Amino acid sequence: MPASIPIRRRSVLAIGGGLAATLAFPAGQLFAETDMQRRFVFIIQRGAADGLNTLIPFGDPALVQLRGRDAAMPDGLVKLDGTFALHPSLANVAALYRKGEASFVHAVASRYRERSHFDAQNLLENGASEPYARDDGWLNRLVGMIPATGPGGVAIAPVMPLALRGPASATSFAPSYLHIGSSDVIARAGELYASDPALAAAWQAAMATQDLVPDGNEKDGPAALGKIAAGFLAKADGPRIAMLEIDGWDTHLAQAPRLGGKLTQLDRMIAGLQEGLGTVWNDTVVVVATEFGRTAAFNGTAGTDHGTGSVALLLGGAVRGGRIVSDWPGLRQQDLLEARDLRPTMSLENLIASAAAQTFGLDPERTGKTLFGTPATVDGLVA
Amino acid sequence: MAQLEYSRPAIALNRFGLGARPGDQAPDRPMAWVLDQLERYETLPAEANVHAEGNRLVAESRVRLAEVGAEMPDAKRSAIVEAKRAVRRDFGEEAYAAYRDAVDARVRTALVTETPFLERIVHFWSNHFCISADDGVLSALALPYENEAIRPHVMGRFEDMLFAVARHPAMLIYLNQDRSIGPNSLAAKRARNRDEDRDRGLNENLAREIMELHTLGVRSGYSQADVTEFAKALTGWTAGGLDARGKGGARLAFAFRDGQHEPGDRRIMGKTYRAAGEEQAAAILSDFAAHPATARFVATKLARHFAGDEPPPALVERLEAKFLESGGRLPALYRVLAESEECWAPQPLKFKPPWEWTLSAMRALDREKIEGIAFAQVFDELGQAVWRPKSPAGWSDQAAQWIGADALMRRIGVAQRLADSQPDKGDTVALAGQLLPASLKPETTLQLERAESLASSLALLLVSPEFMRR
Repeated sequence: MPASIPIRRRSVLAIGGGLAATLAFPAGQLFAETDMQRRFVFIIQRGAADGLNTLIPFGDPALVQLRGRDAAMPDGLVKLDGTFALHPSLANVAALYRKGEASFVHAVASRYRERSHFDAQNLLENGASEPYARDDGWLNRLVGMIPATGPGGVAIAPVMPLALRGPASATSFAPSYLHIGSSDVIARAGELYASDPALAAAWQAAMATQDLVPDGNEKDGPAALGKIAAGFLAKADGPRIAMLEIDGWDTHLAQAPRLGGKLTQLDRMIAGLQEGLGTVWNDTVVVVATEFGRTAAFNGTAGTDHGTGSVALLLGGAVRGGRIVSDWPGLRQQDLLEARDLRPTMSLENLIASAAAQTFGLDPERTGKTLFGTPATVDGLVA
Repeated sequence: MAQLEYSRPAIALNRFGLGARPGDQAPDRPMAWVLDQLERYETLPAEANVHAEGNRLVAESRVRLAEVGAEMPDAKRSAIVEAKRAVRRDFGEEAYAAYRDAVDARVRTALVTETPFLERIVHFWSNHFCISADDGVLSALALPYENEAIRPHVMGRFEDMLFAVARHPAMLIYLNQDRSIGPNSLAAKRARNRDEDRDRGLNENLAREIMELHTLGVRSGYSQADVTEFAKALTGWTAGGLDARGKGGARLAFAFRDGQHEPGDRRIMGKTYRAAGEEQAAAILSDFAAHPATARFVATKLARHFAGDEPPPALVERLEAKFLESGGRLPALYRVLAESEECWAPQPLKFKPPWEWTLSAMRALDREKIEGIAFAQVFDELGQAVWRPKSPAGWSDQAAQWIGADALMRRIGVAQRLADSQPDKGDTVALAGQLLPASLKPETTLQLERAESLASSLALLLVSPEFMRR
């Protein structure tokens, strides 16, 4: 099975000067180099999304043997080349691909090789080499690399996800039906939290967020959440970095209808984001990723169990799109990891760090090391 | 500024209890106040023992679905599909109503309980062994699950609770065990003969989560092969009980189906299990329950719930030793907690998640409801929808998960609503003295006194650091 487009990896020599150059400049000058028109969005698929049924390797003959024709190939498959097709629920994503605003990276995985959702999500978010090895997240560290006047990052979530937790200024927001507090309570609450560092930090972010909340949001559905994120990002003085979450990808049972529904939600969230961003979409890079993939074969209940390799999506007007980046490992029994999972051929950490660095014009070595402790070496993801 | 320090009566009422009510006396012997409750546990309080028909709702809808086709032998296929859809729709509405009532029942139980320490422990175990009620079936079964699998074993042995959990229809359905079939079982062979191989086989979901989340804990030394072996041992364990139904008597219950059980010995973490049938998984489960990794895992979680997000190692070790020495007798562990100085440290050790905070606010104001909004929605809006953690790992017991900008604003919204609708707004500072005896910082007192209205003052008390932490 040939790779669709072999990825170009930076040679070690080419990045040799990175660290020295970084040390030579004070932080202010480094900030001055960053492209502040750019926006970076991370969408996490919690629960382990099945990459093999998202970007479907229909050209790999082993796929049908593993899953049966009906399960492997949903009706209405959107063929992208001779090997890969998109799940039909991703209609908007397919349109972006055709316009050159989406690329897909297959057989990707974080460095985590066990099969616990919770450890894997923790590691994907903290960016360390072990789950629970640190309390801050890589997205927060990325916020710290970008100059900002207010909160540099926003999570559209009722509680702050680990990826965006940390010392850099970030906030969270989710639409609510609750009333807000009276101005007297708001004013005095700040006083109460002054000597409680954790509450004081949350309070400061809450106050900063009040001015940024977009007006007149719909409250429900993935498209609305995408639009809310866009409302923050589109503001001239708003955050440049956002995070969205979609849970429910753990399709152990009767996968086909569930996964179709989840992919529709993802497709709508991206459409909402794009619509809300307007022309800012042209400066945007969205990375969609999950903590690990699912078993290559179907299990005994028309679903899939916890696996390893999956697919990541890069979307946005700033993406070098229309490409499938994959060193495809194949699906024959001997190709699979532990004879059960899609074998990863690309580091998710490297992919994310490379995309983030290229989005903001940051040094890839420094960005990779700051976010995940290793240099970013995948070239040419962002235009 | 002075550091926040809780008095021992305040720690008893708030860290061990669920918050004081206006009439509650500050305990003059705080540790005894906690320990005395161990003698007074009521397995199923009247407030919780309501709406037990959740199981019946599920069972009857399944029976109705099965009968719809049979009742209409001459009907067109589309008519049958429509009739089934109607059954499902009706069931969905009934199930959500049952869920809403069940949340109210759980709140009410916690508001009136005379053993708040043990009610807190019920919530702890329910979260440790959680289901997530994200569909109609599990919404209807959430309260029956807690009443049948958790409450009866709170003062018993860990192993007994584990068995009750792993055999409860709610858990079997939640983690797909009811659909898992041995690849070489009779049922699988018959299905293959009928050429239906796609839907008949192993599902390792429950097996993995029992090992990772209920007993041994992740990274405790088991392998993927061990998970698969345990999944095979568990085949045949399923939710049944509908076969022997009488009209109106239908009820889901644990069933073992030998024809679905994977034949053969199982080898897990170096030990071979030869027992056949239902006993095979039971033998493995018993070993998991008594395993040192389980003792460590449970000890860590219990310590974290009382002594801080990063629990003191010495306390964890004492709990772990007691777990092993007592054969997993849970009251012995509660006693260790209540008698350990680490749990009585004066500085705040925990940030109350939305569930705890809302209960303590309701208790503080002696209220039974929040006007104009159902409890189910309140907890959803605060980010902790009851019985719906959306993950078998349950809700986080660490502050980082709960302290956030948006979360804080939402609490203030709920506090404001409670304060605005409080009928008798008295002296907030005096109330604070009852709820948090000798524990309010001077600057907090100052803000409560200076607030522009009694409602503001009351809302501020509820969102003060003293009240939001414990």
